[in-house]
Amino acid sequence: MRTLLEVSGVSVSFDGFKAINNLSFQIAEGELRAVIGPNGAGKTTFMDIVTGKTRPNEGYVIWGERSVNLLKMSEAQIAQAGIGRKFQRPTVFEDQSVFDNLIMSLKNDRGPLGVLLYRRSARDNERVQELAEEIGLTDHLHRKAGELSHGQKQWLEIGMLLAQEPRLLLVDEPAAGMTLAEREHTTNLLKQAAKTRAVVVVEHDMDFVRRLDCKVTVLHEGSVLAEGSLDHVTQNQDVIDVYLGR
Amino acid sequence: MQRSFIARNPSVLIFLGILAVFTLGATILSEGFGIGLISTSMIKTLGKTLCLCLIAIAMDLVWGYCGILSLGHFAFFGLGGYMIGMWLMYARTENIILTSLAQAPIPPTDDEIRSAIGNQIFGVVGGSDFPLIWAFADSLTIQLVLVVLVPGLLALVFGWLAFRSRVTGVYLSILTQAMTLALSLYLFQNDSGLRGNNGLSGLQNIPGAKGVPQSIISIWFLWASAIALALGYILAAWMMSGKFGSVIRGIRDDEARVRFLGYSVETYKLVIFTVTAIIAAIAGALYYPQAGIINPAEIAPIASIYLAVWVAIGGRGRIYGAVIGAALVSLLSTWFTGGQAPSIPLGFYTIHWVDWWQVLLGVTFVLVTLFAPQGIGGAIDRLVRKGTQL
Ligand SMILES: Nc1ncnc2c1ncn2[C@@H]1O[C@H](COP(=O)(O)OP(=O)(O)OP(=O)(O)O)[C@@H](O)[C@H]1O
Ligand SMILES: [Mg+2]
Repeated sequence: MRTLLEVSGVSVSFDGFKAINNLSFQIAEGELRAVIGPNGAGKTTFMDIVTGKTRPNEGYVIWGERSVNLLKMSEAQIAQAGIGRKFQRPTVFEDQSVFDNLIMSLKNDRGPLGVLLYRRSARDNERVQELAEEIGLTDHLHRKAGELSHGQKQWLEIGMLLAQEPRLLLVDEPAAGMTLAEREHTTNLLKQAAKTRAVVVVEHDMDFVRRLDCKVTVLHEGSVLAEGSLDHVTQNQDVIDVYLGR
Repeated sequence: MQRSFIARNPSVLIFLGILAVFTLGATILSEGFGIGLISTSMIKTLGKTLCLCLIAIAMDLVWGYCGILSLGHFAFFGLGGYMIGMWLMYARTENIILTSLAQAPIPPTDDEIRSAIGNQIFGVVGGSDFPLIWAFADSLTIQLVLVVLVPGLLALVFGWLAFRSRVTGVYLSILTQAMTLALSLYLFQNDSGLRGNNGLSGLQNIPGAKGVPQSIISIWFLWASAIALALGYILAAWMMSGKFGSVIRGIRDDEARVRFLGYSVETYKLVIFTVTAIIAAIAGALYYPQAGIINPAEIAPIASIYLAVWVAIGGRGRIYGAVIGAALVSLLSTWFTGGQAPSIPLGFYTIHWVDWWQVLLGVTFVLVTLFAPQGIGGAIDRLVRKGTQL
């Protein structure tokens, strides 16, 4: 499989503290990947770097078949290039309807003029309906996003990501604070999404990761500690010492 | 199916209706066209109030909808006023000079005329030469273009520098205050080319309308202001009702999320900042011919702060809220500071509203911020919601 994202030799320090330390790894086209690791391992910081929020002190982040350097691009450009991101706490536009949240996310012209003159097409309406069905919010389309339950907000945010039609989806702790049934729905959503694009999921919950049934990367102190199947990494002595054995 | 713009914005029709009734009513009651119940100076106050409502709409777009607390929009308002004021002053002075020189035995040369005009305008600041910025003052068309262009470019450059460096929140507000302060201090200088603290005056006299009394001219401007306000309202409602409005409100509520959706937040902020600066400038260009005079004190930082107070009291993020806030507070302010409000004798102390109005306004602002952050517009929204539920 072709490499979609390559992170190589990346380091970031905050006031002298190395949050990411010579991190290198790759995501292939269409791959589903879980990233686990103890608190403060640098999982969120890794996503910040890939999406352009944090600029690393060293290293490269290379994207796509034309090998563009993501470090030279703004957040908006990176998003337009096809990387979608879900934040650790659900972030949707609470003041606006579920429908408007999705419309805003649909893959369309992002320039001010195009957006100002935008007229909703039948295709866009259809697409919103499809997405709403997928994330289980068909009956809530015209409610304000702020009125949704925690789990529904998480799904709406995933729906907004899918609406962007990204080639890579970065998902930070999607199952946090969810009930068992909600987790199951979330797992299915992500597995479904991974059929047509690459998905990277950060998660603490081992059962959740097991259900994703994919390759796992363990981060520790800002670099990769182990990589492989879940069974493989959970038997790794280092991983047991720093993460599982806590 | 997408519903029509009017169906999605019922407040637009209501507002236009009220505005039309108000303007017609004032005309019928005026001295110039009607039965004379409302004085010409009151008509001017009403016309000016409409201009203030228009700049309040601009403030609401930039602050209420986009979350940028600009404390500098009165600078654009003032610049708009200066740009039109230059033509008004030049053309009127030219008329006067030409009339007075017509009696001269030898016809004056163009240079003589020009230097006489210069003497007349810049005599107060000890000059007679035209500064470079007056190069086009004899052309109404060019000055009208400059009404839009000068404030628009200032906003574009200022906004580009500020937003590109991701200056937000309180720092941005301070930066906008610094901008107005700098502009106002600059204009206070005699060699700024705009007559220092004298400002531009006699703006109520419209060149080419010599025989027309102020009672009639005031009605013209009332209507011009009403039309500008109507267009501003429609434009604002249209911009905010669709996806563009969604993005703008998204920037207010969660800038980072909008960025990660692929929208260039900085570009959108720049667009909204510049467009609202232009709206403010147009409002100013209509305001000052009614006020008759503009000077640098009009651009003082406090003016822009008042603007924020109006919008906060009226209710941020609702266009009609901004209009209500501006109309109510500025009219009350005229009444209280104009000496008409009855003083309240407390025995040991007498409350003179001229002094105490500021205090009342300040306290109201604090109370609104603490207990009714949605302002008057929020109260109206609740009433309407209750009404539709019944
Ligand atoms: N902007 C910042 N300034 C200073 N320190 C930071 C910053 N962002 C992250 N850090 C530090 O970097 C380290 C890595 O943080 P990060 O949020 O990436 O961890 P994480 O793996 O996502 O942890 P968790 O599982 O708790 O979400 C932490 O020690 C954190 O305190
Ligand atoms: Mg994290």
